[in-house]
Amino acid sequence: MGPNGSGKSTLAQVLAGRDTYVVTDGSVTFDGKNLLEMSPEDRARDGVFMAFQYPVEIPGVSNLYFLKAALNQIRKSRELPELDAMDFLNVVKERMKLMEMDQALLNRPVNAGFSGGEKKRNEIFQMAVLEPRLAILDETDSGLDIDALKIVSRGVNALRSPQRSMILVTHYQRLLNYIQPDFVHVLSEGKIVRSGGKELALELEERGYAGLEWETADAR
Amino acid sequence: MPAEAVARELALYLDAFERTEHSEAQRAAFERFLAAGFPDEHDEDWKFTSLKALARMNFEPADPGYAADAGESGLLAGLPGKTPRMVFVNGFFAPFLSAGSAMLENLRDVQPRYADSSKPFILLNAAFADGGALLRVPARAVVEQPIYFIYLSIPGERATFSTPRNLVVVEEGAQASIVECYLGTGSYFTNALTEISAGDGAVVEHCKIQRESEEAFHISTVWIEQGRDSVVTSRNFAFGGALARTEIVARLDQGSECTLNGLYLADGARHVDTRTTIDHAKPHGTSHELYKGILDGRSSAVFNGKILVRPDAQKTDAKQINKNLVLSEEATINTKPQLEIFADDVRCTHGATVGQLDGESIFYLRSRGIGIEEARRMLIEAFAREIIDGVKAADLREYLGRFL
Repeated sequence: MGPNGSGKSTLAQVLAGRDTYVVTDGSVTFDGKNLLEMSPEDRARDGVFMAFQYPVEIPGVSNLYFLKAALNQIRKSRELPELDAMDFLNVVKERMKLMEMDQALLNRPVNAGFSGGEKKRNEIFQMAVLEPRLAILDETDSGLDIDALKIVSRGVNALRSPQRSMILVTHYQRLLNYIQPDFVHVLSEGKIVRSGGKELALELEERGYAGLEWETADAR
Repeated sequence: MPAEAVARELALYLDAFERTEHSEAQRAAFERFLAAGFPDEHDEDWKFTSLKALARMNFEPADPGYAADAGESGLLAGLPGKTPRMVFVNGFFAPFLSAGSAMLENLRDVQPRYADSSKPFILLNAAFADGGALLRVPARAVVEQPIYFIYLSIPGERATFSTPRNLVVVEEGAQASIVECYLGTGSYFTNALTEISAGDGAVVEHCKIQRESEEAFHISTVWIEQGRDSVVTSRNFAFGGALARTEIVARLDQGSECTLNGLYLADGARHVDTRTTIDHAKPHGTSHELYKGILDGRSSAVFNGKILVRPDAQKTDAKQINKNLVLSEEATINTKPQLEIFADDVRCTHGATVGQLDGESIFYLRSRGIGIEEARRMLIEAFAREIIDGVKAADLREYLGRFL
């Protein structure tokens, strides 16, 4: 969590490997590997997934074709056999049910013409199909109505497992009514300034970021 | 250009012309061609396409003897089979590669019926064409299976020159689908002319597939005459050639509907030029035009789309779009919409775009595990698919998809 401009989305993008950011200092180690030396696709194949704050529309590429290509690439890197069309469709249909998505979306181009809520649901649906080990959800809750928020939260909760870490980037405590976090970290000016349990989110809700006392570098 | 130079570059055509017999009409066409010579950059129609390389070539008229090799050339591989077809090798009809239809015959009278005979490459074709393909679909007949005209160029030792000529007459209320295909190996020059007449209420699908060799020159014209309430859809795929130019002219009557779509691909140092003219002469005509281009390497492309709405052509609805995807720093595109509107109650729109692959889209695909090359390929294919997907025949769509 953190105020606007604190660097939450920047962190998410850097972890996913967006090349418009240049990392000048520091390191990112995931499972013993230096992520910063890896291409975005290699990170994804190693289990890193980012749900985009603004999912990209890709006209001309169907959801089905795109997801199949992605899943098979990821399976290949894990030395698993490619899924045939039937098995793939079964996986996909089950996950679509979880996200209450219309199967007709599969044959539509990726995110093209989707409403904001549909796009966010599609991100979580992709996460459910690709089964990452580290998921970064960049403001997946923003712009969602309460029904869509419940569906997205259910998807996230269904995927919680000891083998999977998730980072939820959010402005609002509202999401945390549906998803219980293990930890809450507050980011400000690019640094984690407070860490705590879920009660920290409630404190933030009550007092706002301005009212929060945090350990700055100076205080330390 | 000095007179001597003109004479030198045209001498080979003169020499070739004198070797065989020609009709009076052909002689007249040839004399007009000689008088005008090859157009240069001062000719507005040829401003961005230089014919200097073509003029330097030393072509010979084709020899029918090479036709026997065509079956083994592999050029026909992948093309939908089991369709009526006329196959020509180096301009000569090859009956052993063809499959007949009652409506198909050899064209005897090669003089242009409709095309504007003041244009140099129509004159050159008219002077040299010796036979060709004639499809005549009688009134109200419906031919569902596409009919193919296939031109293979397989030059021997010397670069060759051929002048394919097609005439398609679809009479009143009839329906037909035609595919013209140009394929080849080595160095040669194809100068083709296809004329299509769609009678009143006729429905015609036209597809042109140009996959000439990397060394080839291809300059062709497709001339479409539309009757009242006729519907013509043309799809033009320009995938090959060192220098390739296709000019499509469609002349509409009252209530005619015309769709001109196309896709051009170029890489290396290739040059591809597309020029279209849609002539709305009468009221209530509709035209849609969508051309897409993908350019890589040091390739260059020209798109010139003219829409002419004559004073009589009220209630015309014309739409033109040209979209280009430029994949390298050195590739260039010259795109020029040209609207000439003389009627006041019309709707005409046009637009042209030139862009690169979208970085956000590439990152999105990569962030899901798809490699950068695969991501680029997916986006390029997505861009081109729109044109290929419009082709009705599934086997032809599959064939075209291979070249993306």
